[in-house]
Amino acid sequence: MSFVSGLLRFRPRSRDLPCQVVVEMVTDYLEGALPAAERRRFEAHLAGCPHCTEYLAQMRETIRLAGRITPEDLTPQMRADFTDLYRHWRSES
Amino acid sequence: MDADGSLLRRLRDGDEQAFVALVERYHSSMLRLALSFVSSQAIAEEVVQDTWLGVLRGLDRFEERSSLRTWLFTILVNRARTTGAREARTVPVADAGPAVDASRFGPSGAWAVPPEHWVEQAENRIDAAKLSELLRGGLDGLPDRQREVVLLRDVEELSSAEVCEVLAISEANQRVLLHRGRSRLRQLLETELGGEPR
Repeated sequence: MSFVSGLLRFRPRSRDLPCQVVVEMVTDYLEGALPAAERRRFEAHLAGCPHCTEYLAQMRETIRLAGRITPEDLTPQMRADFTDLYRHWRSES
Repeated sequence: MDADGSLLRRLRDGDEQAFVALVERYHSSMLRLALSFVSSQAIAEEVVQDTWLGVLRGLDRFEERSSLRTWLFTILVNRARTTGAREARTVPVADAGPAVDASRFGPSGAWAVPPEHWVEQAENRIDAAKLSELLRGGLDGLPDRQREVVLLRDVEELSSAEVCEVLAISEANQRVLLHRGRSRLRQLLETELGGEPR
Protein backbone atom coordinates (compact mmCIF):
# COMPACT_ATOMS: atom_id res chain seq x y z
CA MET A 1 0.00 0.00 0.00
CA SER A 2 1.64 3.20 -1.16
CA PHE A 3 0.40 5.32 1.73
CA VAL A 4 2.00 2.97 4.26
CA SER A 5 5.25 2.59 2.40
CA GLY A 6 5.32 6.37 2.03
CA LEU A 7 5.08 6.74 5.79
CA LEU A 8 7.60 3.97 6.35
CA ARG A 9 10.13 5.69 4.15
CA PHE A 10 10.26 8.54 6.62
CA ARG A 11 11.15 6.18 9.43
CA PRO A 12 13.55 3.67 7.94
CA ARG A 13 15.42 2.94 11.17
CA SER A 14 12.53 2.66 13.54
CA ARG A 15 12.19 -0.84 15.01
CA ASP A 16 8.67 -0.40 16.26
CA LEU A 17 5.96 0.60 13.84
CA PRO A 18 4.40 4.00 14.54
CA CYS A 19 0.70 3.85 15.42
CA GLN A 20 -0.08 5.99 12.37
CA VAL A 21 1.32 3.22 10.16
CA VAL A 22 -0.33 0.44 12.15
CA VAL A 23 -3.83 1.82 11.54
CA GLU A 24 -3.16 1.70 7.80
CA MET A 25 -2.18 -1.98 8.03
CA VAL A 26 -5.29 -3.16 9.88
CA THR A 27 -7.28 -4.30 6.85
CA ASP A 28 -4.35 -6.14 5.28
CA TYR A 29 -3.83 -7.80 8.66
CA LEU A 30 -7.48 -8.84 8.99
CA GLU A 31 -7.47 -10.05 5.38
CA GLY A 32 -4.39 -12.17 6.01
CA ALA A 33 -2.57 -10.21 3.35
CA LEU A 34 0.45 -9.04 5.36
CA PRO A 35 3.75 -10.77 4.60
CA ALA A 36 4.93 -12.80 7.62
CA ALA A 37 7.63 -10.31 8.68
CA GLU A 38 5.20 -7.39 8.60
CA ARG A 39 2.58 -9.37 10.44
CA ARG A 40 5.10 -10.07 13.21
CA ARG A 41 5.98 -6.38 13.49
CA PHE A 42 2.28 -5.51 13.51
CA GLU A 43 1.55 -8.01 16.27
CA ALA A 44 4.62 -6.96 18.25
CA HIS A 45 3.37 -3.39 18.16
CA LEU A 46 -0.12 -4.40 19.27
CA ALA A 47 1.31 -6.33 22.20
CA GLY A 48 2.74 -3.09 23.58
CA CYS A 49 0.10 -0.61 22.46
CA PRO A 50 -3.34 -0.59 24.09
CA HIS A 51 -4.57 2.18 21.77
CA CYS A 52 -3.86 0.25 18.60
CA THR A 53 -5.31 -2.86 20.22
CA GLU A 54 -8.45 -0.83 20.88
CA TYR A 55 -8.37 0.44 17.32
CA LEU A 56 -8.20 -3.10 15.91
CA ALA A 57 -11.11 -4.13 18.15
CA GLN A 58 -13.09 -1.16 16.81
CA MET A 59 -12.43 -2.14 13.22
CA ARG A 60 -13.61 -5.67 14.02
CA GLU A 61 -16.71 -4.26 15.70
CA THR A 62 -17.37 -1.95 12.73
CA ILE A 63 -17.31 -4.97 10.41
CA ARG A 64 -19.61 -6.93 12.73
CA LEU A 65 -22.09 -4.06 12.99
CA ALA A 66 -22.06 -3.51 9.21
CA GLY A 67 -23.10 -7.15 8.87
CA ARG A 68 -26.13 -6.44 11.01
CA ILE A 69 -27.51 -3.61 8.92
CA THR A 70 -31.09 -4.59 8.22
CA PRO A 71 -32.58 -4.11 4.75
CA GLU A 72 -35.08 -1.29 4.41
CA ASP A 73 -38.66 -2.50 4.07
CA LEU A 74 -40.30 -2.58 0.68
CA THR A 75 -43.14 -0.10 0.34
CA PRO A 76 -46.55 -1.63 -0.49
CA GLN A 77 -46.21 -0.06 -3.96
CA MET A 78 -42.86 -1.77 -4.51
CA ARG A 79 -44.28 -5.10 -3.37
CA ALA A 80 -47.10 -4.69 -5.84
CA ASP A 81 -44.66 -3.73 -8.63
CA PHE A 82 -42.46 -6.76 -8.00
CA THR A 83 -45.45 -9.07 -7.79
CA ASP A 84 -46.52 -7.69 -11.20
CA LEU A 85 -43.01 -8.22 -12.52
CA TYR A 86 -43.16 -11.86 -11.42
CA ARG A 87 -46.58 -12.44 -12.95
CA HIS A 88 -45.49 -10.74 -16.14
CA TRP A 89 -42.54 -13.13 -16.36
CA ARG A 90 -44.77 -16.15 -15.65
CA SER A 91 -47.08 -15.16 -18.48
CA GLU A 92 -44.12 -14.79 -20.85
CA SER A 93 -43.40 -18.50 -21.07
CA MET B 1 -26.60 -19.04 2.74
CA ASP B 2 -29.18 -21.60 3.73
CA ALA B 3 -32.16 -19.22 3.76
CA ASP B 4 -31.31 -18.29 0.17
CA GLY B 5 -31.08 -21.95 -0.79
CA SER B 6 -34.60 -22.68 0.36
CA LEU B 7 -35.97 -19.51 -1.25
CA LEU B 8 -34.25 -20.51 -4.47
CA ARG B 9 -35.84 -23.97 -4.36
CA ARG B 10 -39.26 -22.46 -3.77
CA LEU B 11 -38.71 -19.93 -6.54
CA ARG B 12 -37.85 -22.75 -8.92
CA ASP B 13 -41.09 -24.42 -7.92
CA GLY B 14 -42.96 -21.32 -9.04
CA ASP B 15 -43.59 -19.79 -5.61
CA GLU B 16 -44.44 -16.09 -6.03
CA GLN B 17 -44.00 -15.40 -2.31
CA ALA B 18 -40.45 -16.73 -2.44
CA PHE B 19 -39.71 -14.20 -5.14
CA VAL B 20 -41.09 -11.32 -3.10
CA ALA B 21 -39.13 -12.53 -0.06
CA LEU B 22 -35.91 -12.55 -2.09
CA VAL B 23 -36.63 -9.06 -3.39
CA GLU B 24 -37.31 -7.93 0.17
CA ARG B 25 -34.04 -9.41 1.33
CA TYR B 26 -31.82 -7.88 -1.37
CA HIS B 27 -33.60 -4.83 -2.65
CA SER B 28 -31.94 -2.14 -0.56
CA SER B 29 -28.42 -3.42 -1.16
CA MET B 30 -29.10 -3.80 -4.87
CA LEU B 31 -30.52 -0.32 -5.13
CA ARG B 32 -27.62 1.15 -3.18
CA LEU B 33 -25.15 -0.67 -5.39
CA ALA B 34 -26.92 0.34 -8.60
CA LEU B 35 -26.91 3.96 -7.46
CA SER B 36 -23.14 4.05 -7.41
CA PHE B 37 -23.09 3.36 -11.16
CA VAL B 38 -25.99 5.41 -12.47
CA SER B 39 -27.00 9.01 -12.04
CA SER B 40 -30.48 8.85 -10.57
CA GLN B 41 -32.71 6.91 -8.21
CA ALA B 42 -35.22 6.30 -11.03
CA ILE B 43 -32.56 4.75 -13.28
CA ALA B 44 -31.21 2.68 -10.37
CA GLU B 45 -34.71 1.34 -9.71
CA GLU B 46 -35.03 0.38 -13.38
CA VAL B 47 -31.69 -1.42 -13.23
CA VAL B 48 -32.83 -3.36 -10.17
CA GLN B 49 -36.12 -4.35 -11.82
CA ASP B 50 -34.29 -5.31 -14.96
CA THR B 51 -31.90 -7.41 -12.86
CA TRP B 52 -34.75 -9.32 -11.22
CA LEU B 53 -36.29 -9.99 -14.60
CA GLY B 54 -32.89 -11.26 -15.73
CA VAL B 55 -32.73 -13.48 -12.64
CA LEU B 56 -36.15 -14.97 -13.35
CA ARG B 57 -35.32 -15.53 -17.01
CA GLY B 58 -31.96 -17.06 -16.15
CA LEU B 59 -33.25 -19.28 -13.37
CA ASP B 60 -33.24 -22.43 -15.50
CA ARG B 61 -29.65 -21.83 -16.52
CA PHE B 62 -28.35 -20.94 -13.04
CA GLU B 63 -26.23 -23.91 -11.99
CA GLU B 64 -25.36 -22.76 -8.48
CA ARG B 65 -21.63 -22.81 -9.12
CA SER B 66 -21.63 -19.44 -7.42
CA SER B 67 -23.94 -18.44 -4.59
CA LEU B 68 -27.28 -16.89 -5.42
CA ARG B 69 -26.08 -13.57 -4.02
CA THR B 70 -22.94 -13.52 -6.13
CA TRP B 71 -24.96 -14.31 -9.23
CA LEU B 72 -27.55 -11.66 -8.39
CA PHE B 73 -25.00 -8.93 -7.72
CA THR B 74 -22.97 -9.83 -10.80
CA ILE B 75 -26.03 -9.40 -13.03
CA LEU B 76 -26.84 -6.14 -11.26
CA VAL B 77 -23.35 -4.67 -11.60
CA ASN B 78 -23.08 -5.65 -15.25
CA ARG B 79 -26.40 -4.03 -16.03
CA ALA B 80 -25.70 -0.95 -13.96
CA ARG B 81 -22.32 -0.55 -15.67
CA THR B 82 -23.87 -0.85 -19.09
CA THR B 83 -26.60 1.60 -18.18
CA GLY B 84 -24.44 4.15 -16.40
CA ALA B 85 -21.92 6.38 -18.05
CA ARG B 86 -19.48 4.83 -15.60
CA GLU B 87 -16.94 3.57 -18.11
CA ALA B 88 -16.61 7.05 -19.54
CA ARG B 89 -15.30 8.27 -16.21
CA THR B 90 -11.79 7.62 -15.01
CA VAL B 91 -11.65 4.99 -12.30
CA PRO B 92 -9.58 6.10 -9.33
CA VAL B 93 -8.20 3.39 -7.06
CA ALA B 94 -9.38 5.18 -3.93
CA ASP B 95 -9.21 8.58 -2.41
CA ALA B 96 -5.89 8.93 -0.64
CA GLY B 97 -7.23 10.00 2.76
CA PRO B 98 -5.68 8.34 5.81
CA ALA B 99 -7.59 5.81 7.94
CA VAL B 100 -7.36 8.17 10.91
CA ASP B 101 -6.95 11.92 10.70
CA ALA B 102 -3.27 12.89 10.93
CA SER B 103 -4.06 15.43 13.64
CA ARG B 104 -4.65 12.57 16.06
CA PHE B 105 -1.00 11.49 15.97
CA GLY B 106 2.04 13.19 17.45
CA PRO B 107 5.24 13.92 15.52
CA SER B 108 6.56 10.38 16.16
CA GLY B 109 3.40 8.84 14.70
CA ALA B 110 2.14 7.67 18.11
CA TRP B 111 -1.46 8.37 19.13
CA ALA B 112 -1.93 11.86 20.55
CA VAL B 113 -5.72 11.55 20.65
CA PRO B 114 -6.25 7.79 21.04
CA PRO B 115 -9.49 6.04 20.13
CA GLU B 116 -12.15 6.21 22.82
CA HIS B 117 -13.56 2.96 24.06
CA TRP B 118 -16.99 2.22 22.62
CA VAL B 119 -16.80 -1.42 21.51
CA GLU B 120 -19.37 -3.58 23.35
CA GLN B 121 -21.31 -0.41 24.14
CA ALA B 122 -22.65 0.31 20.69
CA GLU B 123 -25.72 -1.85 20.99
CA ASN B 124 -26.52 -0.65 24.51
CA ARG B 125 -26.26 3.03 23.72
CA ILE B 126 -28.24 2.96 20.54
CA ASP B 127 -31.02 0.63 19.42
CA ALA B 128 -30.59 -1.71 16.46
CA ALA B 129 -32.83 0.28 14.13
CA LYS B 130 -30.99 3.53 14.87
CA LEU B 131 -27.64 1.80 14.44
CA SER B 132 -28.73 0.43 11.05
CA GLU B 133 -29.86 3.89 10.03
CA LEU B 134 -26.60 5.44 11.16
CA LEU B 135 -24.52 2.90 9.26
CA ARG B 136 -26.69 3.12 6.16
CA GLY B 137 -26.12 6.87 6.22
CA GLY B 138 -22.40 6.23 6.61
CA LEU B 139 -22.42 3.84 3.66
CA ASP B 140 -24.26 6.36 1.52
CA GLY B 141 -21.65 8.95 2.41
CA LEU B 142 -18.76 6.80 1.16
CA PRO B 143 -17.22 7.39 -2.27
CA ASP B 144 -18.89 5.07 -4.80
CA ARG B 145 -16.11 2.55 -5.15
CA GLN B 146 -15.64 2.19 -1.40
CA ARG B 147 -19.37 1.81 -0.87
CA GLU B 148 -19.58 -0.96 -3.46
CA VAL B 149 -16.88 -2.99 -1.73
CA VAL B 150 -18.02 -2.43 1.86
CA LEU B 151 -21.62 -3.17 0.93
CA LEU B 152 -20.81 -6.48 -0.73
CA ARG B 153 -18.13 -7.55 1.67
CA ASP B 154 -19.31 -6.41 5.10
CA VAL B 155 -23.04 -5.87 4.73
CA GLU B 156 -23.82 -8.77 2.37
CA GLU B 157 -20.85 -10.79 3.63
CA LEU B 158 -19.54 -12.01 0.29
CA SER B 159 -16.00 -13.40 0.34
CA SER B 160 -13.19 -11.26 -1.04
CA ALA B 161 -12.97 -13.54 -4.09
CA GLU B 162 -16.70 -13.09 -4.71
CA VAL B 163 -16.45 -9.32 -4.38
CA CYS B 164 -13.58 -9.22 -6.86
CA GLU B 165 -15.61 -11.34 -9.25
CA VAL B 166 -18.75 -9.21 -8.97
CA LEU B 167 -16.96 -5.89 -9.35
CA ALA B 168 -14.21 -7.15 -11.68
CA ILE B 169 -11.42 -5.65 -9.56
CA SER B 170 -8.14 -7.07 -8.23
CA GLU B 171 -7.70 -8.38 -4.67
CA ALA B 172 -5.26 -5.58 -3.91
CA ASN B 173 -7.63 -2.91 -5.17
CA GLN B 174 -10.45 -4.47 -3.19
CA ARG B 175 -8.40 -4.33 0.00
CA VAL B 176 -7.52 -0.66 -0.46
CA LEU B 177 -11.16 0.28 -1.06
CA LEU B 178 -12.32 -1.87 1.84
CA HIS B 179 -9.74 -0.28 4.11
CA ARG B 180 -10.78 3.26 3.28
CA GLY B 181 -14.48 2.49 3.56
CA ARG B 182 -14.23 0.56 6.82
CA SER B 183 -11.99 3.23 8.32
CA ARG B 184 -14.58 5.88 7.57
CA LEU B 185 -17.36 3.80 9.10
CA ARG B 186 -15.25 3.23 12.21
CA GLN B 187 -14.69 6.96 12.50
CA LEU B 188 -18.41 7.55 12.17
CA LEU B 189 -19.12 5.09 14.99
CA GLU B 190 -16.45 6.63 17.17
CA THR B 191 -17.81 10.11 16.59
CA GLU B 192 -21.31 8.91 17.37
CA LEU B 193 -20.55 6.60 20.28
CA GLY B 194 -17.11 7.48 21.62
CA GLY B 195 -17.81 11.04 22.57
CA GLU B 196 -14.45 12.30 21.41
CA PRO B 197 -14.63 14.27 18.15
CA ARG B 198 -11.75 13.79 15.76
